Formats: sequence, structure tokens, C-alpha cells
Amino acid sequence: MNTLNEVSELAAAYDLVVIGAGPAGMAAATLAAGAGVSCLLVDENPAPGGQIYRGIGSTPLTERRLLGEEYWKGAEIASAFAGSAASYLPQATVWQLSPERELGISRGGRTRMIRATRVIMATGALERPFPIPGWTLPGVMTAGAAQILLKTAGVAVSGKVVLAGTGPLLWLIAAQYLAAGKRFDAILDTTPKGSWRKALSELPRFLASPYLRKGLRLMATVRGSARVISGVTALAAEGSDHLTQVRYTVAGRESVIDADHLLLHQGVVPNINMASASGCAIDWDDEQLAFVPRVDAWGATSVGGIAIAGDGAGIAGAEAAAERGRLAALDALAALGRITPEEKARRAAPIRAIVARYDRGRAFLDRLYRPAEQFRVATDATVACRCEEVTGGQIRDVVANLNVLGPNQLKSFLRCGMGPCQGRLCGLTVTETIARTRGVDPAEVGYYRLRAPVKPITLAELATLEHSEAEIKTVARG
Amino acid sequence: MATSDVLVIGGGLHGCSAALQLSMRGLLVRLIEKDYPGRHASGVNAGGVRRLGRAMPEVPLSIASMELWHRIEDLVDDDCGFESHGQIKVAESEADLALCRARARELMDAGFDHEEVIGQSELRELLPAVAEHCVGGLISRADGAALPFRTVQAFRNKAARLGADIVEGCGTATVERRDGVWTATLADGTRHSAPVLVNAAGAWAGTIAAAAGEPVPLEVVAPMLMITERRPHFLTPVVGATSRTLSFKQFANGTVLIGGGYLGRADPASNRTELDYVKLGENARTARELFPVMRDARLVRAWAGIEARMADGIPVIGPSGTQEGLFHSFGYSLHGFQLGPICGAIIAELVVSGRTNLPIEPFSIGRFAAAAAA
Repeated sequence: MNTLNEVSELAAAYDLVVIGAGPAGMAAATLAAGAGVSCLLVDENPAPGGQIYRGIGSTPLTERRLLGEEYWKGAEIASAFAGSAASYLPQATVWQLSPERELGISRGGRTRMIRATRVIMATGALERPFPIPGWTLPGVMTAGAAQILLKTAGVAVSGKVVLAGTGPLLWLIAAQYLAAGKRFDAILDTTPKGSWRKALSELPRFLASPYLRKGLRLMATVRGSARVISGVTALAAEGSDHLTQVRYTVAGRESVIDADHLLLHQGVVPNINMASASGCAIDWDDEQLAFVPRVDAWGATSVGGIAIAGDGAGIAGAEAAAERGRLAALDALAALGRITPEEKARRAAPIRAIVARYDRGRAFLDRLYRPAEQFRVATDATVACRCEEVTGGQIRDVVANLNVLGPNQLKSFLRCGMGPCQGRLCGLTVTETIARTRGVDPAEVGYYRLRAPVKPITLAELATLEHSEAEIKTVARG
Repeated sequence: MATSDVLVIGGGLHGCSAALQLSMRGLLVRLIEKDYPGRHASGVNAGGVRRLGRAMPEVPLSIASMELWHRIEDLVDDDCGFESHGQIKVAESEADLALCRARARELMDAGFDHEEVIGQSELRELLPAVAEHCVGGLISRADGAALPFRTVQAFRNKAARLGADIVEGCGTATVERRDGVWTATLADGTRHSAPVLVNAAGAWAGTIAAAAGEPVPLEVVAPMLMITERRPHFLTPVVGATSRTLSFKQFANGTVLIGGGYLGRADPASNRTELDYVKLGENARTARELFPVMRDARLVRAWAGIEARMADGIPVIGPSGTQEGLFHSFGYSLHGFQLGPICGAIIAELVVSGRTNLPIEPFSIGRFAAAAAA
């Protein structure tokens, strides 16, 4: 790969721009660059890996068993990318992608607009919000944030630590923590009791998927070395200016446990911010309880020339993400005329077989780890929008009394979703809270209209944009 | 058969205001909105409530509307987030200041005294953060700003409480008049009829006017706005510039809104807008040059509304020139928000009594027919 250090080193146009250097983005860029197209991979982090393989080239935890064999799969993908002819711009922000595939890219206080014939977004997933009473207290963080600390700095949160929530990644993070010699005072499992029954019909397919062995191994490891409390139906973080205890309910009985840190996690959802701002159609997916971009079997969105690969197009996990990156890259190569439709189909066949194998287990996981409604909808006193400190009760009040039908209309009354995160973090909570209040489906309530800049940029950066010479000439002639 | 006394097409501020004023006069109103009230320009504009700098024909209407704004809660049972801290147009040079003086004199000669010239010391007192090179400006002290979507929703809800029927989520496919009754057929095939039709369809008003047999040239535009993260308080009045494009305001919560009329691209068929970042970059440069404290401000959102602009920059208000029972209120050309309260009242007066005391001749749709014939 050819690492760039400044936006001034960018070409004015590329055949393919890939956004995000997780497994999907690295695999897509590697395959495309191998076919000789001009390819740029842009990423926010200082090194490739994305969220799941964060720090893959630099983590201080080099003893392989600490982060697990699954993590080190990322090293293969990263080294293939490092050996490719793709250009790579790290520590950069793509703050804008237009439907005409014009990209606004910032790095180090300078910004540039460039063009791409094809774009593959590989912007991954975000942790699902987990609105419980007291979740804004210092000492409460997402388990994903704790995992980042562990991977990048080898640092674990200290003191009395409680992990709470549900989902396959909860067990992965727990196992990584335990392997690194850290401990939990308790793991509060919020997986609803009835979930196993609901997931049973998908069990045969799950048994045939690669998740089974990995999942059981993780859970056995964790249960063997931590106190796991199952069937948790209510959670609250308590303390005056810092977390001091966690209150939880099991089988109708309330208990309290001392804690300095509470790590929350209840699954991941597609990061749709850029897709939505670029005009890609999104749909409510009731199995994944999330808004998901509408894509075809190649990851192509409703906007011509723009594809999504990996978890950003629907959660399927890291291994499937790399394969989905390759499918999107093949589609781009065919569209660029570098391979024939026949070659595309031929090369895609074995990849599809692998994707299908991972897909088999997904429905089971979605049902088993479907977060309970009381952890998705904010209660009256619980903060839903953290930036503007808007509670579930305030949302219910405005929706019920002022004919407010959706999150975009709510803004003007509560400023909900108008803070620095622009609803990118609280969007699902707000939509589901409105849907519950109105007694309708989240699909009918809809989502925040997400707009550029996808990430905040400074006025100083924006002010560095100038008319290109070509544009000035056009204006002068016109 | 008529299903109401009046059909209003368009649920922006002007449509909702007309629906409210007609309902207040006892008429049964049905309002048709293709999306939801305030979805477009009315709900996403900068919220400026200003008389400052208006075209001369608009001044009497703007002054009358300002009276309503200062009592807005009496009208719609909600304060609409309206605050009156004045609006100032900054003069960056002696040449700018001369333009300000000429403008104030022109208004004075016409009998209006709401715009006053201020010198450098008063400018600095009112805008402590303004750049050193600014020499004075023009102020309209009772002007201010409101929250646009909240305002539209307040007008819509009050109209509904007075009996107006608001039909949302389905656009108007055609309108036609037969046997003295206007019928609007919606995209889903439902039909609504009334002897009177009000065209307040904003960017889509040209389509309605053409369907009603009175085509009129309008341009669909997408004025852009951007907003920053919260900043320490540094600005109270709303600010513009005399010879550059800028509208600049800090909200009570600290966020700063920057706009002024740079245009993106609009696609009214899909409701989508495309922003022009090079123009926004110019907008950002102007803001930083006038307020150096904005140097490191972070932008969190940029957007554009979709609205109609007339070739002469002033709206179409009044009865149709060719059709019975048709009234227009559209084409507000990037500055219709402040006029919302009064123009609804004007339309209601025209519908009920056929006349209004406010001078609306300059806004006649006939001016375009005359231009086409000439």
C-alpha cells in the first residue's frame, strides 16, 4: 500500500474509494487494487483494523491467546492489504459523500473534495444504545469502549467492574478481559428468558454455522471464571457524581452490587450515518431491531455507484464482512469494465458459499440476543438523548400532546438529536420510544434525517475549500 | 359536492397561517400537505423575524406582521421560541455605511423609522465580538428570531383546534374547477372539494397554479444553512452584512447558525437537496472574518430547504387574475417566514370580504401575465 500523509497528496479522482479499514474495507481495497484500478482506502484510525481488529499491527497484547485466535485472523487481512497497490489515507475523516460520489475528506485541519467512479462504504457497526437510569454517570461506559482501551493500550478499567447486557460480543469482550488477567465482580446477563424458545426454530441452521463452536467456547470460558447472573430484567446505575452501585432485578427480586465501573453492551447495529446522508434508502429490520440500508447481493445501494460492505449493510460479523467486501469489490471491477460479468460470477461463487455459512447462524443469534424492550425504550426519568439531556418522559409528553410524529419533528421542541452527535447515537432509542408511545411500528416513525457533515468539521477547514480552476473557468465562460 | 368551505394546498407557515385565520373567521377549512406541515422551507429556515432590509413593497406587510409576532402567544397559544434582540446589518467600510445611510433615508422619506444607522461605538457595544474593521451598521431594534418548525406546528395545531381538517402525507395530483367548485385529486385518488382554493404550495406552487390554469414562472431553490456546536455566549442580536451574503445568529444554548442565502440544488420531486460545499466554504470565511471568535468552531450540520423564488424577488399574494375562487400565497423568495402571520390574515380577509386594507397590489400574479404580454 501507498500511505498518504496529506489531503494534498490525494488524486482528484479515483476509480474506487473505500471508506473504512475494517475487514470489509481492507479486503475490498486489496482485491480491487490487485486488478489494477486506482483505489484509495480512507480511514479515521492511525492504523488498519477497524473496530474488530483495532490495533492489529500495533497492540501491546502480542501474546496471541489474550485477544483470541479470531482477533489474529485480522492480521492476515491487514498484511494482504499492506502488500497491495492501494493508496491509504489514515487518520482522515470523510465528512461528506454526495450521490454523485463527490467526497469531502479532512486530515490535519485541511480538507479536499475528490471524486470516485465507485464507492464502497465499509463503515461498520455502532453499539446499540442502552438507555437505563443513570447511564450518563461517570463510571458507566460501553463495553466496546472498554475493549478499545484493552486493544490499543493494553489497559483495563480498574476497581470493581460489572459487565451487563447481552449479545455475542458481550461474551467475546468478557473472554478477552479475563484472558488478559482482569476480573469482573459480576456479569449481569439481560438476555430475556423466553429468547431460547423463540430462537429454537433457527437452532438447526445455527448448529451448522461456524459460530457454534466459537460461541460455546467463549461462554464456557467466561462462566468458568466469573460470576454470571442470568435473567436480569431491570438495571440502574446509581451514585451521586460517580457510579457507586448497580441495582438489578432477577425474578422480581431487586439486588444491589457495589461497582466503580459498569460496562454496558446489548449488541451492535449498522452505522447508517453516511449511507443515509448520501441518500441511500434504509429500511427497518425487525429481526435486527435496527434501520438497515437497502442493498442487493453485491452490497449495491439504491444510489448508483455506491455500495456498502460489512456490518454497515446489516450485522453479519467480522468474517462475513471481509467476504462481503470482496463481493462489493468484484461488482465494482465489473462496473469499471476490468472483469467480465462471467468472471465476476465465477469468482463470487466460492465467496458466496462462505457468506452463506456465516448467514446460517445469524437468525438464531438475532433472536436469542434480541434485547428486551425495557432496555431499548427510555423510561420517564431515563435520558434518551445524551447531548441535550432529553428524557423518555419528555419525549412521551411532546409526542402525546403536540401531534409530533417522528424524530425530525421532535427536534424543534426538545432539541433532541440536535447536539454534537446529531442523533447518530440516540436515534434508535428515540425512534423506538416514539413508536411505543404512538403504538405504531418503528418503520412508520422513521429515523433522523442524517445530513452532512457526517463528522463535525471546523469552519477553518471548510473555509480552506476553494473553487477548483476548472469550476472557475466554467463560471467565467457561462 | 363541496367537502369544506376552503381548500388550502400546502402545509408550510403560509398555508397553516391561512388555515388558522380562515378558521378564526368561522370557515370550514381542509388543508392538504404532501409530507407533514413544516417539512420544507417553513420548518427548516433560519427563523429570522426581520423587517430590516425588506424590499419597499413588503415593508407595510412586514411591519403589520411584526405586531402579530410580538403577541404571537395570543394568536397560537405558543411562544414559537420568538425572541426580540434586534437585527443588525454590519457595515465593513465607509462605502457600506453610506449605503446604510441611504437606506435609512429612503425609509424615512416613505414614513418608516424602524431602521436606524449606528456608528462604530454602538456597534461594538451591541456586538462586542465583531471584527475590528467594522465601522457601524443598520439596526432594526424590535426584530428578532423564532424557531421555525415549532412555529409552523403551533399554527397548524391552533388551526386544527379551531376545526381545520389537516390531511397529511399525500400530495395533490390535480386541481380543477367545475360548476363553481374546486376539486383537488390527491395522489392516492381521494378527492376534496370546496368553492375556494388557496395555493400556498411553496416550491410546488407553480405546479398547482399551472393545473389551475394560471401558469407562472418560479424558480425552485435550496438556500443552505449550517450550525455549529455550542460556543460560549458572544452574540445576542441577529447579524447580517451590508455587502456580503451572511445571516448569523447565536442561540441561547450557544450553537451558532450561519446562512444568508447561498444556494444548493433542489430536487422537488424527491424532496432531496444537494449542498454546495465550496459556497458553504465562502459562507464560513465570511463568518470568520466578521467574528474572529468563530475561528475554531466546529460545524455539526449543514442542510437546505426547498422553496420558490420569483424573478423579481417578491412573493405572489392575492386573488387569481384569471380564475374564480382561487387565491395565491407563495414565492416568498427566501424571506417569507416573518410575513407568515400577516399573510394568512390577508388571504382570510380576501376570501371572506374580497378586500384587505394592506397594500398588496405589487404582489399581484398579474404582473407576470403583463410581463409575458409585453
